[in-house]
Amino acid sequence: MTYIGQSVKRVEDKRFTTGKGKYTDDIKLVGMTHAHIVRSPYAHAIIKSIDIDTALAHPGVVAIFTGKDIAAAGINGVPAGWQVNFKDGTTMKEPPHPLLVADRVKHVGDGIAVIIAEDLATARDAADLIEIDYEVLPAVTNPAEAVKAGAPQVHDNAPNNICFDWELGNPKAEVDAAIAASHHVTRLDLVNQRMAPNAIEPRSAIGHYDDSKDKFTLYTTSQNPHLTRLLMCAFVLGIPEHKVQVIAPDVGGGFGSKIFHYIEEALVIWASKQIGRPIKWTSTRSEAFLTDAHGRDHVTTAEMGFDKEGKVTALRVSTFANLGAYISTFAPAVPTYLHGTLLQGLYTTPKIHVDVTAVFTHTNAVDAYRGAGRPEATYLLERLMDTAALEMGMDPAELRFKNFIPAFDGVTQPGYQTQVALQYDSGNYEPVLERGLEMVGYENFRKEQAEARKNGKLLGIGFSTYIEACGIAPSAVVGALGARAGLYESAQVRVQPTGKVSVFTGSHSHGQGHETTFAQVVADRLGIAMEDIDIVHGDSDSVAFGMGTYGSRSLAVGGSAIVKSIDKVLEKGAKIAAHKLEAAEEDLEYAGGRWTVKGTDKSIGFGDIALTAYVPHDYPAGLEPGLDFSSFYDPANFTYPFGCHIAIVEVDADTGKVTLKRFIAVDDVGNVINPMIVDGQIHGGLAQGIGQAMLEGVAYDAEGQLMTGSFMDYAMPRADDLPSFEIDRKVTPCPHNPLGVKGAGEAGCIGSTPAVVNAVMDALTPFGIIKNLEMPMTPQRVWRAMHQK
Amino acid sequence: MSVKISVSINGKKYTSEVEPRQLLVYHLREALGLTGSHVGCDTSSCGACTVLVDGQAVKSCTTLAAQVDGCNVITVEGLAKNGSLHPIQEGFKEEHGLQCGFCTPGMIMAAADLLQNNPDPSETEIRHALEGNFCRCTGYHNIVRSIQWAANKLKETNAAVL
Repeated sequence: MTYIGQSVKRVEDKRFTTGKGKYTDDIKLVGMTHAHIVRSPYAHAIIKSIDIDTALAHPGVVAIFTGKDIAAAGINGVPAGWQVNFKDGTTMKEPPHPLLVADRVKHVGDGIAVIIAEDLATARDAADLIEIDYEVLPAVTNPAEAVKAGAPQVHDNAPNNICFDWELGNPKAEVDAAIAASHHVTRLDLVNQRMAPNAIEPRSAIGHYDDSKDKFTLYTTSQNPHLTRLLMCAFVLGIPEHKVQVIAPDVGGGFGSKIFHYIEEALVIWASKQIGRPIKWTSTRSEAFLTDAHGRDHVTTAEMGFDKEGKVTALRVSTFANLGAYISTFAPAVPTYLHGTLLQGLYTTPKIHVDVTAVFTHTNAVDAYRGAGRPEATYLLERLMDTAALEMGMDPAELRFKNFIPAFDGVTQPGYQTQVALQYDSGNYEPVLERGLEMVGYENFRKEQAEARKNGKLLGIGFSTYIEACGIAPSAVVGALGARAGLYESAQVRVQPTGKVSVFTGSHSHGQGHETTFAQVVADRLGIAMEDIDIVHGDSDSVAFGMGTYGSRSLAVGGSAIVKSIDKVLEKGAKIAAHKLEAAEEDLEYAGGRWTVKGTDKSIGFGDIALTAYVPHDYPAGLEPGLDFSSFYDPANFTYPFGCHIAIVEVDADTGKVTLKRFIAVDDVGNVINPMIVDGQIHGGLAQGIGQAMLEGVAYDAEGQLMTGSFMDYAMPRADDLPSFEIDRKVTPCPHNPLGVKGAGEAGCIGSTPAVVNAVMDALTPFGIIKNLEMPMTPQRVWRAMHQK
Repeated sequence: MSVKISVSINGKKYTSEVEPRQLLVYHLREALGLTGSHVGCDTSSCGACTVLVDGQAVKSCTTLAAQVDGCNVITVEGLAKNGSLHPIQEGFKEEHGLQCGFCTPGMIMAAADLLQNNPDPSETEIRHALEGNFCRCTGYHNIVRSIQWAANKLKETNAAVL
């Protein structure tokens, strides 16, 4: 049986549909206490005094720790995982991010004290008894404002609130000249608004110190438990890594927000040793809005030049990227190496320059959120394309066909070298747009649109043809670009004596279905049944090491590591089989779970070889017993999925309400192992990208108060906000990994946002070319755009 | 101070002493170990905690445990019978109506409520019925199909939802 390419139903689903999933907050340890964190209600304030005495005396309170205790214990702040240098080569400003703040809070939600009590209600009751005297200071929340003279300063050592400035591409003077010489220039001032990731499972962490073994256990809602362990042990707490087990059990969605090492993880671990009991902390949704790293938040000016025929001549981009008050784990990489490097898009643009200023503000940290940098790049490129088409009186699909990079497979033809550092692996861009046009029925739609306009109905179509970069790699390259970690993956394939297989992967599944997809790969490669395979992930004591799951890297990098280990298993198995079959290794072939001597009926099964490896009585001389291999896979390049997204909207002419009528997505994510799961990944990404265009957005007021601190204020996409999606795909295999896969986790979220905004712009053309459509496109904003002078 | 309550949960009688302010979801999770009902928010918006009380979907995060005294409560743990998935659970598996699984128990209970009242819902009716349940993974596309699958299965087998 072949599993690869089949929509195998998920192994995970029985436990999740019956309520038997085991998420961090479901775990109860003997003697466990509960933590509540007292957080700053102000964006910027000096803590003049804290009085914890009454709270400490409250019945049921076990302990209270403040920033002073953390400082006295000599605990470091949470480090940044990526370093980007200023244009002049000096290192970025890296102010400390303490676990609890002792002196000056820098955003609403900054941790000030942790209360540990016998139960959660008591811990929360005691929070009301802590008295804190603040001196409130002025705050700044907008990155473009924060760099201006006289703006309130977030950190003492970051003048003008600048963390770093950075540029990439062709020399600026060349790009300026190319723009100046262009026949037409389209310019957009764009805000890519701040997003709240909102995994439905709030973050949670349980710290447990066992003094009998001098060992810590951390259960946490993490996308990468090993990286959390490394950062926490080596950089924050200074505790020995081999004495810490980090377990990320079932995790209820991440979308980037659970990549990062958070203060609460280190707090429960450190405090559990102080009190000698386990401590659980679980975020409320309100805390999640305040403290889960947000996404996006770019203020950008983008200009694209064109020649008379509509060929792009140059692209110039200048962005202020809001980092928030502190540098979260991957934050510096997002507006730079995951944004600037994607500005080639699918087009042959000969001159590109991008300038990024990363800015501190009195807001929650911003870091990778589904797509991370690539949605921001795609948004500006694709808004420019549709706007330019309108300005030049060209068809937006035609304009794209005119500018696409010609097809290349990356095998017989070389990869495509962009102007912004990356080399695309393989691509064939015209077919995704052709298929999209076919699915939408483009010619008919334009007729329908013209007819509707006569009747006062505003229909619009918007396009987005995107590229992204997944499976960020190789380690040597990312190291040169400032990563403080490698970006490989590990896998161990342990064949048990009975021929059953346990696979230990450093990837982590929090919805992606690894337990199914990875088992499909293993089953096919070994020619055994999926039921005979178990995929183990998320436990630092059983999995050797792992870089985790983000950047759509699991299958391309983690899956490739598994393939490497399987190859080693089969290589050793062949040696044992040759011995047992009294044949030369090169005369054997492996298929359907059996080694056969070519041209004969002499064969031996995988199970027999496994047993022989563990009971090596009749065994090749000099060969070690056992059948268990580990591998690390460091990819040769990123992978580059791409696709075409098309939105059709109707705008209510009286109210400005936008209705998404249809959404078409044709994605090329390389080879597909489980089509059902890949479709599901696309659907979910689309909903998030459409959510950004139409509904979602984090808002702070001028004092730095979070205006969108709950689901009552932050508009999440609901079932009745969305249509059923119409999706299809093309397949251009990745030429540099053994599975030919590229990654599907973020594509939907990267391509969809500009398609929806472009569709609204198209619908509103009876009112002129409206370039200043701001997301989320609420009825009020759209109505104002229609009626602006 | 505590209140004595007697509740049938998934067909089993429980008598408990609860704090008057204890929410049903914490009573289920902490006292009874029924951790299938999840807490995803603090504003009664996300629906991950949805259970059936006397056959009606309610959010157990905004129901006091004391309020269900004398009631019949069904949680996601109470749907599968004799080791076989309930048709709605089966539908979610067949149509890939879940990814991370965190919203799934609430979605399934909301679907049970819907199908009891409307055995043959249209796509629009399903989407409307799920307004009180957030999913961040699936974009709802396959959840709609899962509930359609379950409706068909229940019809074919002439089975009642509960």
